[in-house]
Amino acid sequence: MGCFDSLEVVSVSIPVLKFDAVIVGAGGAGLRSAIQLSEAGLKTAVLSKVFPTRSHTVAAQGGVAASLGNSEEDHWTWHMYDTVKGSDWLGDQDAIEFMCKKANEVVVELEHYGMPFDRTDNGKIYQRPFGGHMSNFGEKPVRRSCAAADRTGHAMLHAMYQRNVKANTQFFVEWMALDLIRDDEGHVLGVTAMEMETGQIVIFHARATIFATGGAGRIYYSSTNAFINTGDGLGMAARAGIPLEDMEFWQFHPTGVAGAGVLITEGVRGEGGILRNSNKERFMERYAPNAKDLASRDVVSRAMATEIKEGRGCGVNKDYVLLDITHLDPATIMKRLPGIHEIGIQFAGVDCLKEPLPVVPTCHYQMGGIPTHYSGRVVMQQNGDHNAVVPGFYAGGECACASVHGANRLGTNSLLDLLVFGKSAGDSAVEDLKAGRAHRDLPKDVSDKTMARISALDNRKGGANVNETRLAMQRTMQDHAGVFRFSDMLKQGVEKILEVEKAARNLEIKDKSMAWNTARTEALEMENLIEVAKATMISAEARKESRGAHVRDDAPDTAEFPNGRNDAEWHKHTLFSPVDNSITYKPVNMQPLTVETVALKTRSY
Amino acid sequence: MDRQDYERLRWRCIRRGLLEVDIALTRFLDEGFDKLDDEQQQAFVELADMEDHDLWHLISGQADIDDPRLAPIVNLLRKS
Repeated sequence: MGCFDSLEVVSVSIPVLKFDAVIVGAGGAGLRSAIQLSEAGLKTAVLSKVFPTRSHTVAAQGGVAASLGNSEEDHWTWHMYDTVKGSDWLGDQDAIEFMCKKANEVVVELEHYGMPFDRTDNGKIYQRPFGGHMSNFGEKPVRRSCAAADRTGHAMLHAMYQRNVKANTQFFVEWMALDLIRDDEGHVLGVTAMEMETGQIVIFHARATIFATGGAGRIYYSSTNAFINTGDGLGMAARAGIPLEDMEFWQFHPTGVAGAGVLITEGVRGEGGILRNSNKERFMERYAPNAKDLASRDVVSRAMATEIKEGRGCGVNKDYVLLDITHLDPATIMKRLPGIHEIGIQFAGVDCLKEPLPVVPTCHYQMGGIPTHYSGRVVMQQNGDHNAVVPGFYAGGECACASVHGANRLGTNSLLDLLVFGKSAGDSAVEDLKAGRAHRDLPKDVSDKTMARISALDNRKGGANVNETRLAMQRTMQDHAGVFRFSDMLKQGVEKILEVEKAARNLEIKDKSMAWNTARTEALEMENLIEVAKATMISAEARKESRGAHVRDDAPDTAEFPNGRNDAEWHKHTLFSPVDNSITYKPVNMQPLTVETVALKTRSY
Repeated sequence: MDRQDYERLRWRCIRRGLLEVDIALTRFLDEGFDKLDDEQQQAFVELADMEDHDLWHLISGQADIDDPRLAPIVNLLRKS
């Protein structure tokens, strides 16, 4: 441990580090928050399980949306309309206005931090079109995405990390936050954390605590998310009694390599790739007679899920379908689909020139999360107030639910989310601290919960195996709460995930060493994942309509309920309470900050 | 390589930014790493220190590496 200049000791073994602000997570949102705090002169710690530029933000390629209008006319109100529509009207319109209006500012700031955006010939930031982004309230596609080649996330992390180094942000790399510290009055006072190199548990005592821990896509068997996305912030919030919002909404991509999750670009179907079931049948002909394999993402994903559910999946477990390009000219494949051949060999063990690729709808992005106001302050229901602030607690990025993505996210709005809400969480923390928020006394039992968890893991005999428990959870989520949902499967899924939870609360590890005990770290991650999986399953079972990415077989498209959406009963946010696995709801905010409401209507493209 | 160095390396292989790199490095660590001599293991540590995109381009054959110490390990990663 390097910088213990503010070290206190509350007991013989647990050191306390005092900071103005502690940020958990060093991806895009965490780094953006830290800039605000450090540049305001506040003593700021950032904890990360990995070196910041290895955060999962590095995987973002598509770009960041902003209505700069560099290539053609654009306006933030058009972007706002697209985002509300994309969210299937579940996004809060105050937060969506806030985000779309702030987009230009945060993109230009990033440029000033040194972000190497692609340029037009006249030196402006180059903008490209992206799905769902339109001009003039849905009229025609508009060029709104700002990118740095195919490494936008990577370039963003580097630019913001350098800015933080300059601003003297203190990084605690290869540290894992374990539990949120809350006192009797509900104030958040920091986190307990573990330094992986030593296994030492430390208390980070802060005036402001900001979560930027990313998503929890690893709850699914097939996920494009890196292994690091274990929902640590959501797990910590849930254990501290804070509800999780809209957890039934997960974005899926139709074609991930079965068993690995690595994405197969939609370009493969564009070049003539054909989806087949275990009978070798080109099943898309039944679901979309005209578009066939080129039907939209959600139609293709639902068809694949139906084939698997009805027993026409392939492989020993009949849990994937095949993407066949063996009829295409090998030279065309190698030229037009670079990397696909390698992906097939590396992750499916298949030479796609000779054999079809095993594919399955694959989890990609978490729309729900820790409930926040657009200022980045965490909120929860209290004494009749749906949005009572949890003092001292802030969140931004994929772990938070502001809510701007609602029931489905538009491409390139995720990088915008982490910039805008990372910044606003930082700004709000600065504002609250300058208004006089002090360090509050740590409760006497500050680290008891954490130490009990560690001790249980170290001493338990005859408990559940971590890898087996994780696999059971991932299989349950994939089979019962996947891209297309069935009432009976969801009901069984709730029972199954509660069974898995019992195992997840009874984990055993063989390695008891202190230093670099990766088995312990993975067990602690599993305790976070299960909170998210449970919230997802129970929230999904409860929502009896189809909306955005939550599509149920028993809520089909009808004249009365277009796309299966039922606004009269279900136009509301889900709040899952981890305390007793109960669900409550809160209204969607339909009142933007300065413009007129985008009125409810059927979502169609 | 002692236990501590190995476990540190393990963490840096099983928690990457890109899923592709997670899978490739974890698999190699589990299946091929033990068979390397000390010098080759050190070369692997150097590769694991690279940025995710650069490393993935090497593993997937979209880029090549000239360094005679690292190239054989890249070849093994490509085949694993």
